[in-house]
Amino acid sequence: MCGIVGLYLKNPELESRIGELFKPMLIAMTDRGPDSAGFAIYGDEVGEGWIKLTLRHPETDYDWEALATRLKTEQQLELSWFQNASVAVFKVRAEEAALREWLAEEAPDVLILSVGQSIEILKEVGLPEKIAETFSLERMKGSHIIGHTRMATESAVTMEGSHPFSTGMDLCLVHNGSLSNHNRLRDTLKREGISFETQNDSEVAAGYLTWRLQKGDSLKEALEHALEDLDGFFTFTIGTRDGFAVMRDPIACKPAVLAETDDYVAMASEYQALTTLPGIENARVWEPEPATFYVWERSSN
Amino acid sequence: MKTIDLAESSIRELNQALHDQAVECTEREWEVLNPKGQHNIACGLDQNLSVDIHGHAGYFCAGMNKKAHVVIHGNAGQGVAENMMSGTVRVKGDASQAAGATAHGGLLVIEGNAGARCGISMKGVDIVVKGSIGHMSCFMGQSGNLVVCGDAGDALGDSMYEVHIYVKGTVKSLGADCIEKEMRPEHIEELTELLNRAGLDEDPASFKRYGSARQLYNFKVDNAGAY
Repeated sequence: MCGIVGLYLKNPELESRIGELFKPMLIAMTDRGPDSAGFAIYGDEVGEGWIKLTLRHPETDYDWEALATRLKTEQQLELSWFQNASVAVFKVRAEEAALREWLAEEAPDVLILSVGQSIEILKEVGLPEKIAETFSLERMKGSHIIGHTRMATESAVTMEGSHPFSTGMDLCLVHNGSLSNHNRLRDTLKREGISFETQNDSEVAAGYLTWRLQKGDSLKEALEHALEDLDGFFTFTIGTRDGFAVMRDPIACKPAVLAETDDYVAMASEYQALTTLPGIENARVWEPEPATFYVWERSSN
Repeated sequence: MKTIDLAESSIRELNQALHDQAVECTEREWEVLNPKGQHNIACGLDQNLSVDIHGHAGYFCAGMNKKAHVVIHGNAGQGVAENMMSGTVRVKGDASQAAGATAHGGLLVIEGNAGARCGISMKGVDIVVKGSIGHMSCFMGQSGNLVVCGDAGDALGDSMYEVHIYVKGTVKSLGADCIEKEMRPEHIEELTELLNRAGLDEDPASFKRYGSARQLYNFKVDNAGAY
């Protein structure tokens, strides 16, 4: 089943309240996905030449300070970091590939949940409310956020199998549905140099979009290609550094509702998840069309 | 008039209060506040009640309706008036997919647009949509009428039986075994009555009629060799 939700702010004055606005949206989708939950928030952007990583270690008392110290002393890297429950957010002045390589060698148990200039991904097994509390979602600030509540079908109930999935810089995807050609597509994408952490079908969709964007597609072009190449049932909500997109497959049996006001665009599997947003009574509320995508990007505002 | 505020009462409490009216009718007029997209609002009614729902409803609103007159002053989620037996359901806004699915009787009016699979497997209900309808509408529709003042999506009336479909706008594509048919005087008369009942001011002569070519009804003996 699964529930997906997204909130893209058009009014920057609301950015300090995005977590508070989003938390009830995520919790409202508990009935659709009680196994695990997660969200990707965009904000607190790092400068040119810097990258931001969300890292996780299976041991809750992992010594992040020691990892940071090693990066500073052994690798001579400028960095700052903070811990949020089971994850740590590292902001490092470094190249992505080199840092990934070093982490794989020197800290192989550290899982990279996201890399980018803006994105942070936070996800865990458990009820959405617990996860929102664990990561103090209501205090978070940002420009856009997408979330997922999972009822597992295609792969195990683990933190790794939880959404959102990110397979490239600042790109993230949440999915309601199931893909039928993900195994073959995963093989194709692996040959194209995209790496995958799980057997999950949704990660393949994220990987596909990363691949298209690497090929030089705009987000809209990548989505056009995705409509041709992805087979199965899907409603996707996608985040990029500056953008937010919603797309449904041609059958459109997986639900989706969009709402737009002067202040925001909001997406949810069900209208119930939108009822706590300010001004929702007068928002334009509609069901996205089959085989159609909707894109909002900062540059086009 | 009795008012139930769903910010204070549960869906079960609302539906139980409405069901109790089937045993002994003490109140004809009901008003439901703060539906906030909740599912199963006013389902399984079996009494000549008037129910006004103020706001957007979730899935299966007014499902299995019998005798009651339900108005949703907002949008409706999937499966509005699914399996309705009699009475009327009116959606002031849009309806999501599978509106009026499998419904046996009564009248469903959607003043906005309806999503995919509107009237799927309908079995006698009359559905009138002021706007447009999505793909695969009236799939396997068996009887009743489907009136669309706007456009119809892909595969209209696929594998249908004896529903009368009337569309004023364009039909993106017809489903298997669905064809355009002649508008005879009895169809103009039928459509006029349906539009009147729905309260819509449209010219019946501007509609086209679609129905079953009846080619999929029976096994074709020519295909016996395939088995």
